[in-house]
Amino acid sequence: MYPFEFSRASSERAALAAGADGGRYIAGGTTLVDLMRETVERPTSVVDINALPYRDLEVGPAGLRVGALVRMTDLAAHPAVREQFPVISQALELSASAQLRNMASIGGNLMQRPRCLYFRDVTIGCNRRQPGSGCPAIGGENRGHAVLGTSDQCVATHPSDLSVALVALDAVVQLRSTAGDRRLPIAAFFRQPGATPNVEHDLRPGELIVAVEVPAGPHTRRSGYLKVRDRQSYEFALASAAVALDIRDGVIASARVAAGGVATVPWRLPGVEDALRGRTPSPGLWTDAVAHAADGARPLAGNGFKVELLRRTLARQLATVAAGTV
Amino acid sequence: MEQPLPDQSEPTDIDGDRAFTLNRRTFVGASAVAVGGLVAAESLAACSTPAAEPGQAVVTLTINSERRAVPVDSRTSLLDLLRERVGLTGTKKGCNQGACGACTVLLDGRRVNSCLTLAVMHDGAELTTIEGLADGDRLHPLQQAFIDEDAFQCGYCTSGQIVSGVGCIREGHCGSRAEIREWMSGNICRCGAYTNIVTAVEQTATRA
Repeated sequence: MYPFEFSRASSERAALAAGADGGRYIAGGTTLVDLMRETVERPTSVVDINALPYRDLEVGPAGLRVGALVRMTDLAAHPAVREQFPVISQALELSASAQLRNMASIGGNLMQRPRCLYFRDVTIGCNRRQPGSGCPAIGGENRGHAVLGTSDQCVATHPSDLSVALVALDAVVQLRSTAGDRRLPIAAFFRQPGATPNVEHDLRPGELIVAVEVPAGPHTRRSGYLKVRDRQSYEFALASAAVALDIRDGVIASARVAAGGVATVPWRLPGVEDALRGRTPSPGLWTDAVAHAADGARPLAGNGFKVELLRRTLARQLATVAAGTV
Repeated sequence: MEQPLPDQSEPTDIDGDRAFTLNRRTFVGASAVAVGGLVAAESLAACSTPAAEPGQAVVTLTINSERRAVPVDSRTSLLDLLRERVGLTGTKKGCNQGACGACTVLLDGRRVNSCLTLAVMHDGAELTTIEGLADGDRLHPLQQAFIDEDAFQCGYCTSGQIVSGVGCIREGHCGSRAEIREWMSGNICRCGAYTNIVTAVEQTATRA
């Protein structure tokens, strides 16, 4: 690990000033400390933001508002979240381990960096880590990599489960900097790699995640998360599905569907949602609705299985959520 | 065997502790190498005027009910503070990446991976390590259950398993063997003693 200056921000003003000055924010540290040790991350200044007042968790008629410093464990376990936003609790509890969920913050969860082994290995090129140095994953070990949203620069999968649920539910990220506040739809927060895979978020220098808001709706209660992976627990997704359905009088009034483990960013599926709207749940409907879910996929040598796995994961989770057995 | 002092401008594998380089145990690569002599934990804790070099800070923690002021480099993980600075080597360094759970400790009552957090972030915190579970000569019920149920083979993951198990029982995630397996999944056992580990946790939870 390279040396760095450590400071503890005792106020929001101090944190934002340090951030504007190039300081790197740290909350749970589960991603940043790991990558600093691998020397993938080399901040010269690290600012501990744990003393900031971003620990509130409110669930009201308008929806959920969760402070960026709330820990994964606490958001997942909140009774109102379990009841009214089950897809969020499930996505969290299928993430990482109990220990990591006790440490990791909600803001940090959105800031997770790819688990691509080439990204983590500083002895080899990686466009995301070092622009212009190539992408060994495209012709290398790519079983876990993305088939959607990729570019010829980067094919790394986005690792967050929570973000998949948040994208499905149209969450909004509240950001703050010395220049003021702004609110961003979460789908706009994440950037596909394109020609600049090193730019992962629509964050401005020194900007801090303050909170995440999730609007309530009839669909949020009937929601759930399915994660398919190489082992039953403590593993990243090969494919995952976040589904929320508003079913009235036996007809799907609206659907929210997003996928994880298959794309470079949490992947919303508006085509699947359109195919579900106004239809009556049936086994045939699920298969039909997901038939085009992987359209545009660009499989690599090792991850072609994800195309069919994505469709099956979605179909199964649609059936599960519609049946109300989540 | 002495090791040269690490250059501050270079990364170190051991989260850099310059001032006490000669007085610590460390891992180099995959093999364990004892460097210099073992320092008595008390001599570090007793430092009344710890050196405050640039990049250094003094962290005051309560570890197993004992208050300690420990000078550390800002790069020092909580795990390295315990093992290298305080001499509590019961907490193990497995992967050092948050992927195995061998370093599990209770931080302010909650189980965490001590390898993935910086010691300087925890001034004022309360820690419980494997060394702090027993009541004098009487083992913690889960420690005793690990012995009774033969819940380990090589023993390297065991301290992390037991501390994690204590956390799991406190959290109330022991309703079934399947629930225990899920909530203990952050602790890997390469010997594969899982069946007996689950039994030890299950029995202790039932008797608690």
